[in-house]
Amino acid sequence: MKTALRFLAIASVVLATVASVVSAPARADEPRVIPVVAKRFEFEPKEIHVKKGENVVLEVTSQDVTHGLFSRKFGFDEDLAPGKTVRVPIRADEAGPYLILCDHYCGSGHGGMKMTIVVE
Amino acid sequence: MVPVDRRKFFKITGLTLGAGALYRFAPPALGEGGGLMNALGRQNGERPTPFSFVQFSDTHVGFDGPPDPLGTKAFERAVETVNALPEPPDLVLFTGDLTHDSEKPGEHAARMKRFREIAAGLRATRIQCVPGEHDAGLDGGVLFRENFGETYYSFDHRGVHFVALDNVSRGKPAVGPEQLAWLQKDLERFPKSAPIVVFTHRPLFDLKPDWEWFTSDGDRVMSALAPYENVTVLYGHIHREHVHEEGHATHYASRSLIFAFPDPETGAPKKPVAFDPAKPFENLGLRRVRERPPARPGVEPMELTLREYAGTVGIQQLLRKGEES
Ligand SMILES: [Cu+2]
Repeated sequence: MKTALRFLAIASVVLATVASVVSAPARADEPRVIPVVAKRFEFEPKEIHVKKGENVVLEVTSQDVTHGLFSRKFGFDEDLAPGKTVRVPIRADEAGPYLILCDHYCGSGHGGMKMTIVVE
Repeated sequence: MVPVDRRKFFKITGLTLGAGALYRFAPPALGEGGGLMNALGRQNGERPTPFSFVQFSDTHVGFDGPPDPLGTKAFERAVETVNALPEPPDLVLFTGDLTHDSEKPGEHAARMKRFREIAAGLRATRIQCVPGEHDAGLDGGVLFRENFGETYYSFDHRGVHFVALDNVSRGKPAVGPEQLAWLQKDLERFPKSAPIVVFTHRPLFDLKPDWEWFTSDGDRVMSALAPYENVTVLYGHIHREHVHEEGHATHYASRSLIFAFPDPETGAPKKPVAFDPAKPFENLGLRRVRERPPARPGVEPMELTLREYAGTVGIQQLLRKGEES
């Protein structure tokens, strides 16, 4: 009897968890927010995985100097002034890796400052 | 006989010198072309006359690293090569990344000074520079202006209009609205057939945006130039040769004088081509450009070698004439 009760209790917890997961996408206009840090000479994280058609917002903050955030694919070209957070919506309907570059010259390692959005 | 395309009279054609690019501007003297020259002379105030000029790019003075342990050697050799030409060029244009930046106090200024010392050895009446991101990307062009003057400007030389564009000092690959407005005004007074040479650091078209080989408002620059029928754009930044024709304009990239980048179309990563002590100047150099109306431009790649490293006959072999394309 005790075991059965405990089982029920666990089951309801699992159900509750499932329910909360299911309820999130019900607000379809609510994009997934991903924080990104820009610093000489890298983005953190370097790689972000998103689903086809998923609405994502990158919240990008520079920790040191002014960097850039450029993508032809997603159609943005932002300046990232230090300490300010820039929100960039992204959404892709085709799979693929897409590069995002720092396009504001930030010093000798600038040429390697990039991140990848993997759409799957 | 190839039919003469009236608009192509001013096409500037070229050969690789191995240490820079020599451009020869030779408008036709007689016939229909000559008439056009006279008409242009009346409209422009100066009739185009033949001359040659050289483009140097990406000398990166102060760069020190495995892709080129020889530092300024290629640059110095290029100066000697140009000085050995039978006819000294009227002009030498430097298309950016004259220096490699440094955050050590005073070091970048010292590199600008070193650049000027080497460039002063050139036998040329006039030297003109535009900045690259390594010269002006971090300080908005302050140090560049102290050493070389404005980052964008124009001038006329023997009937040809030269326009220097700055697509680096905003930190971004862009010329910006102010410079665009200036350009439009600058071009206004010219007839559509005026020969125009634009020189800048980055490509003004989308060559490879993922490698930052583009100018975000380059399309707006090119549309300001679109009505003009004889436009030549010279640029650097990509450390390799490239020729691109679009509308009335031909875009030429000159090789670097420090290290080369690979061809992005091969799928290679964006990394300098490794240094080869047996061929220290491979993939570096200048392009020599010759006028051959009314044929299409001939671009001839030539080797640049260094006696003490390669044991070859040296730089004079650059002047050997290759096959015409
Ligand atoms: Cu950066």
